[in-house]
Amino acid sequence: MTVTSPTLGYADLRRLMDLQLGDEKHTPSATSTLDVIWVLYDRVLRVDPNRSDDPDRDRFVLSKGHGPMAYYAVLAAKGFFDLETLRSFGHYDSPLGYHPDRNLVPGVEISSGSLGHGLGIAVGMALGLRARRSPARVFCLVGDAELDEGSNHEAIAFAGRAGLDNLIVVAVDNQSSSYGWPGGLAARFSLEGWSSTTVDGRDHAALGRAFDAEHVGRPRAVVAVVESKT
Amino acid sequence: MSATMRDRFYSTAEELVGADERIAVVLADIGSGRMPAAERAHADRVINVGIREQLMVGVAAGLAMTGFRPIVHSYAPFAVERPFEMLKLDLSHNDVGAIVVSVGASFDAAANGRTHQTPEDVALLAALPGWRIYVPGHPTEADHLLRAAARTDDRVYLRLSDQSNQLARPITSGRLHLERRGRDATVIATGPLLDATLEATADLDVTVLYMTTVRPFDADTLRASLTGDLVVLVEPYLAGTSSAEVAMALADEPHRIAAIGVPNVEHRKYGTWREHNAAHGLDARGIRARILRALSRMT
Repeated sequence: MTVTSPTLGYADLRRLMDLQLGDEKHTPSATSTLDVIWVLYDRVLRVDPNRSDDPDRDRFVLSKGHGPMAYYAVLAAKGFFDLETLRSFGHYDSPLGYHPDRNLVPGVEISSGSLGHGLGIAVGMALGLRARRSPARVFCLVGDAELDEGSNHEAIAFAGRAGLDNLIVVAVDNQSSSYGWPGGLAARFSLEGWSSTTVDGRDHAALGRAFDAEHVGRPRAVVAVVESKT
Repeated sequence: MSATMRDRFYSTAEELVGADERIAVVLADIGSGRMPAAERAHADRVINVGIREQLMVGVAAGLAMTGFRPIVHSYAPFAVERPFEMLKLDLSHNDVGAIVVSVGASFDAAANGRTHQTPEDVALLAALPGWRIYVPGHPTEADHLLRAAARTDDRVYLRLSDQSNQLARPITSGRLHLERRGRDATVIATGPLLDATLEATADLDVTVLYMTTVRPFDADTLRASLTGDLVVLVEPYLAGTSSAEVAMALADEPHRIAAIGVPNVEHRKYGTWREHNAAHGLDARGIRARILRALSRMT
């Protein structure tokens, strides 16, 4: 089921992000992912903070672990942990580091931070869930600059050949890749056999439609374009 | 000719996949086609990702996170060195298990040159916390260790080699095996170097311990079996890989360590593992010379 909060909504997220001080260098990274993560947790993911070990839950993999303030704000708003925990962001004994740790933060599926790891793990999750005939889906958030990492190309190519239609990548594109993507990011995925689309990364309705679209027999890539980092 | 460690691995992995629906095998081309029955019957759990070793380890982590017990397999440089950060983060930092099974050992593929020579593999994995590192010396031991690993969720490195001892020992995972008692020194022989070590010390009055579990190091058995103040480590990979473990085990005991292994230099040689063993003093003659030299310095 999709978890809904009786009290906290999208309008509260900036305030929750502001409770997390100390990693301002990653603020652009955090704000670029805010709408995508909110839409996923608010209307797409079948997750429940009270059943975070449900084997058939959807998985959200934050591969681009930089600037997790938006991620933590959404998780707190959705009840995965107490709002007060946000104030401990980055403290020595806090569960909330500048990069998330699945062993410390309820609801976090992978520990990330070093770029180029999440998509490979997400492919493994998708293969595992498919082998178990689970209805669960795997959503993996990557950044456009993160896709420079060669490990992502291994994962994109293989996932296309394997027809992993329970895998959905959302590539948040704030045009921070040093050399860009000729033809656009969506073309990169399409070339490898993915269903792909490009949407406004701030348009919640458009994001929802992009995630809901059919993509039988193929993994799905949603390129969510947001304002440029610079 | 009897089956090699590698042959036994494929047949046992195939059996495990058939018997236990938690077992999955992840390959990066190496080994593909060697488990045909399992590849046909369990295509969803015998996965060849192509020549993509970073993905191979990432996929294993994802499989572990969805309830599987993955076995990752390739040549040592491609199973350990190429995807090392994936071993560190995707498996260790995320705290999920896998069994990494390598072939090629230090110099099994020596004729291929430096790209396929990996005497650093054990030292690299020993730098990561919590890994169990197995270096068997016989196909039967390798088989025993693989089956034991499959029953756990540990992070395991199983290092297979072409070189093998004549006889398997009744080893126990995590323990040094007492091969022989003596009075003048303690020699720890690792995996496939046991036969050469026994030949080298045949007329010497030394204790010989046989090590197939390199990590965690069995400090208890070493302390209980210690003979004299000289400990000789005989390891088929970088010399001194286990010296710090011995030093910590004997921190309150006066002792000396002689570390025999592969020197950490660029060798730029091809040939065979036998030639490399001879060149690095890892045949019986070389091991004996080093042990006699260390014994002669005893006070």
